[in-house]
Amino acid sequence: MPRRSSRIPPTAAAVAALVLATGAQCALAQGANRSGKLLLTSGVSSIDGAAGGGLTPWAVTGGYATDGQFGASAYATRVRTSDYALTGYGVAASYGDRIELTIARQDFDTGPTGPALGLPGLHLKQNIFGAKLRVAGDAVLDSDTLMPQIAIGALYKDLDAAGLAPTLTALGAKDSGTDVYVSATKLFLAQGVLVNLTLRATKANQNGLLGFGGTASDSYRIQPEISLAYLLSKNLAIGAEYRAKPDNLNPSILGDGLKEDDWKDVFVAWAPSKHLSLTLAYVDLGKIVPAVVSKRQKGAYLSAQVAF
Amino acid sequence: MKKLLSLLALCLAAIGAPAQTAVTGSSVRPLADDSLYQAFGGKPGLEKLMADFVPRLKADPRIGAFFKETNLKELQAQLTSQLCVVSGGPCKYEGANMKDAHADMEVRKADFNALVELLQQSMDAQGIPFTVQNRMLAQLAPMHRDVVNTR
Repeated sequence: MPRRSSRIPPTAAAVAALVLATGAQCALAQGANRSGKLLLTSGVSSIDGAAGGGLTPWAVTGGYATDGQFGASAYATRVRTSDYALTGYGVAASYGDRIELTIARQDFDTGPTGPALGLPGLHLKQNIFGAKLRVAGDAVLDSDTLMPQIAIGALYKDLDAAGLAPTLTALGAKDSGTDVYVSATKLFLAQGVLVNLTLRATKANQNGLLGFGGTASDSYRIQPEISLAYLLSKNLAIGAEYRAKPDNLNPSILGDGLKEDDWKDVFVAWAPSKHLSLTLAYVDLGKIVPAVVSKRQKGAYLSAQVAF
Repeated sequence: MKKLLSLLALCLAAIGAPAQTAVTGSSVRPLADDSLYQAFGGKPGLEKLMADFVPRLKADPRIGAFFKETNLKELQAQLTSQLCVVSGGPCKYEGANMKDAHADMEVRKADFNALVELLQQSMDAQGIPFTVQNRMLAQLAPMHRDVVNTR
């Protein structure tokens, strides 16, 4: 089946998000009673589209909707490491701090790896459809117990590997897969510290960008992911994340050339209003296709999210 | 073995059970000392804060309607003594418990959060540091279980 190759230039995506944000802020400055959660308590948009930290989904639902309210948000994210770049954008809809649905798209620029594989200008693109259900707890208001907010979720990922598709097939990797996760999030309100633990069952290689599973290892693995954030003020938080990753394509016909590392970052998130948040992070995505690029991929992550 | 059992009991208590209340009219964990009370300027500080806070409640487009019939001076006094108690101060709360006080209103979580935001605004206006604000909010937040009665 032929695949359409649509691509929004990353700069345009970022500019569009900022214009949308400014417009939304002006239009909604009157503060309609649709945003029932406290500032920053719904996290930001993660790289897969679900609400949480930058790299990992949390138990909070996106936007500021609480019981009986509908909320929506949209984001654009740009990641630039030494040799690669990723543009992500998506939308989320939530109801009642109970359910969250997300659609996200990732466009990964393979930098020098494309040409090295005889595929100059190779972009790997992924659509991610997510659903999340809060099953228990309140991350913010249950400040007299250790009980966290708990949610379960799934992320269906559909990869368009373009010219790399035959290679992925040869490696035993499929072009779609589903991550399933459970998250527990708690804001220790008296201390202003937020902790999240996510356990993700996944087969995704490099988050799905290199397919799902592989000949060497084709079973679901549970990967732990942890986020820590400290509230400096009502609208400013700093934190760090660590996300363990599977290593399904190691060994492969390329030996350990497709070895995969864990991801981590340190971030600062700023929400000047309930309608806009900006996140800046320093990410370390480890080695990505070390057969071609041996350098650890470290760099900057910038994300803007508008919420309604 | 005994030590292990008591440690286990402590963990289960901490995770599962909201702390008791007798004196506060709602489920709030009593504090070990009055440092939070002092950080808010004691009784005079809390009175000043509530004098700033209660008018904001009445004027708020989201929840002002709840306070249309309320005797604001009385509310001010009750809130002052309630915050005094939960912050470890030497007061006695003599008002209704939170459940009864809100039983004849439809209070949603968004309404509760709106009130928290207004309290944050008042605390900002009184120059109370962010970390101190959060310690007080941590004492008040569990009241949502008794106050919020409508989904």
